[in-house]
Amino acid sequence: MNQPDVDTAILGMSDIRKTYRLSSSVLQRFMKGSGRRSELTALAGVDLELRRGETLALVGESGSGKSTLGKTLVGSIGASSGIISYNGAPMPAHRDKELSRRIQMVFQDPYSSLNPRISVGSMLKELLLLHQIVPRDQVRDESIRILNRVGMDEDALTAYPSQFSGGQRQRIAIARALAVRPDVLIADEPVSALDVSVQATILDLFESLQKELGLSILFIAHNLAVVQHLSQRVAVMYLGRIVEVAETAELFKNPRHPYTRALIASIPRMSAESVNQQFVVHGDPPSPIDIPPGCRFSPRCTFAQDQCRKVDPTLQNIAGTVVGLHSSACLRAGELPIFSTILQRDGAQ
Amino acid sequence: MTRTIPVPANNRGLRRSAKKRSRALKPWYTNTSLVAGMIVIGLLIFVAVFAPILTPYDPIQQDLRHALQDPSAAHWFGTDKYGRDILTRLLWGTRVDLRIGFLSVIIPFVFGSILGALAGYFGGWFDTLVMRIVDVFFAFPFLVMVIVLVFILGSGEASIYLAIAAVSWVAYTKIVRGEVIVAKELDYVVGARLSGMSHARVLFRHIGPNVLSQSIIYGMSDIVMNIMGVVTLGYLGLGIAPPTAEWGSMILDGQEFITSHWLQATLPGLLVVVTSLGVSWLGDGLSEQLSPERRK
Repeated sequence: MNQPDVDTAILGMSDIRKTYRLSSSVLQRFMKGSGRRSELTALAGVDLELRRGETLALVGESGSGKSTLGKTLVGSIGASSGIISYNGAPMPAHRDKELSRRIQMVFQDPYSSLNPRISVGSMLKELLLLHQIVPRDQVRDESIRILNRVGMDEDALTAYPSQFSGGQRQRIAIARALAVRPDVLIADEPVSALDVSVQATILDLFESLQKELGLSILFIAHNLAVVQHLSQRVAVMYLGRIVEVAETAELFKNPRHPYTRALIASIPRMSAESVNQQFVVHGDPPSPIDIPPGCRFSPRCTFAQDQCRKVDPTLQNIAGTVVGLHSSACLRAGELPIFSTILQRDGAQ
Repeated sequence: MTRTIPVPANNRGLRRSAKKRSRALKPWYTNTSLVAGMIVIGLLIFVAVFAPILTPYDPIQQDLRHALQDPSAAHWFGTDKYGRDILTRLLWGTRVDLRIGFLSVIIPFVFGSILGALAGYFGGWFDTLVMRIVDVFFAFPFLVMVIVLVFILGSGEASIYLAIAAVSWVAYTKIVRGEVIVAKELDYVVGARLSGMSHARVLFRHIGPNVLSQSIIYGMSDIVMNIMGVVTLGYLGLGIAPPTAEWGSMILDGQEFITSHWLQATLPGLLVVVTSLGVSWLGDGLSEQLSPERRK
């Protein structure tokens, strides 16, 4: 199960868009006339696939649409357009009980993702019985097995969420997602609300789930360092679109989008050497209400040329690589200078 | 899912601390206002239930030879203008006022809460419709509406229940709707939906218990309002028909002798105050007891 089958995508996203119409007051609408309506673009055409049995990391800064994409995939918000396919078949707008079971979510904040009034045991029991995962007389055994799976004891069955620490709560939240035996786990920044000391153990847990249960995991994070050792592939998101996708080692070794380079350069390091200034990004991301013409990264990009401000690049396979290994949405992907300094230094540590 | 995770060495400490954390809930009797409220209301319910045994007199039977007596060993608080024992009438009045006060919250509580939960959960045109109706009802003061409705429906217990129910459901609808709107965005509710649970299950099992406490606490203050309403109706001569012992009508009867026999009008009023205080304490204590933090 360690070698993901490249040919089969368990979740496919094709041109997923999500826009929010900004409500303006009646007066504003009257003043402006019936001209353009302002819209916020959270997802601007996402093409991505989650392969069976892999951990795909989705990284990007706040507001890039990572969480929106995650919520769209689990079906808690509907996409404005585009097709999500599961095992090759398009998903209906309203998922039935069986289909929603297949894709589960682990939330960022383990303090709001568990019902404070329901004990861990009855939470698991409810899910197991709802989907008839096991017969009634085996519910307790199965609950204990799930808890052990996430590194908790059977003592936890009778306890309430408030009796646990953040890391333990996140384990229980993962147990909640696992209870219904999903194929896909969408993890929305599941470690960013946790202590640094606990983060590693939760990351290890995700790794073992992927390896031993064969789960396909979409791991959303805003920090590349978190996912470096966990994921097989990384997708970088910027302003509602995927700008680069590659296998993890390839992405860190040879990033082909200036934004990815900036993200890698921004990983804090235990070193006195200063960060290579060439890769530092200045300013804030543009407003998703008013996306710049041409390449959406061009206003902040040190490599931008005139054509970058005119042509909106799409995700293209990097020349000279196997199809599916590495693609980037940068017009100058082939011309970017060699990205060496930082990683080599990292390797020497 | 049959394989178990190899437990890392540092997990052992984690497991032990989980065990130590499993403390029992804080016992209810450490909750001062809850205990105080229970004592007061418990006493009132006790005298209401055992009123016929506690006093030898009849609350309605007139005895004009002993009218308007001062407090004595036979009549602790004296007698009214028809010679009826004041204490007896107070105790029997507790029966009527307490019963109406408590029972009258049930219908508006249930109806209002369910309507509010549905409006908040599903939103849309249904929510808009319900909230506009609520606004209309909110525009009228509670007591004025109750008085008008009882006046139309005629005096008697049934019309009091009806009038109060018709007016006071709106508050529960408003409270529960607001709470549900907040709760339905919480991750655990979203998660419950994603697990494939039906709307009904999510609403009544996962949202309901977490939003009802506000409604219950409001219900407690509503009991006070309702008792005030009943007493006011009695005082205006609209509520419970006269010979029946009831605090409001006792105040009305007693006020013409306020200069000579002040106990007659004061004691029922004092009981209203004590009852309200007890119910408020009970509500306070319940709000503390119902908050999930108390499980720590």
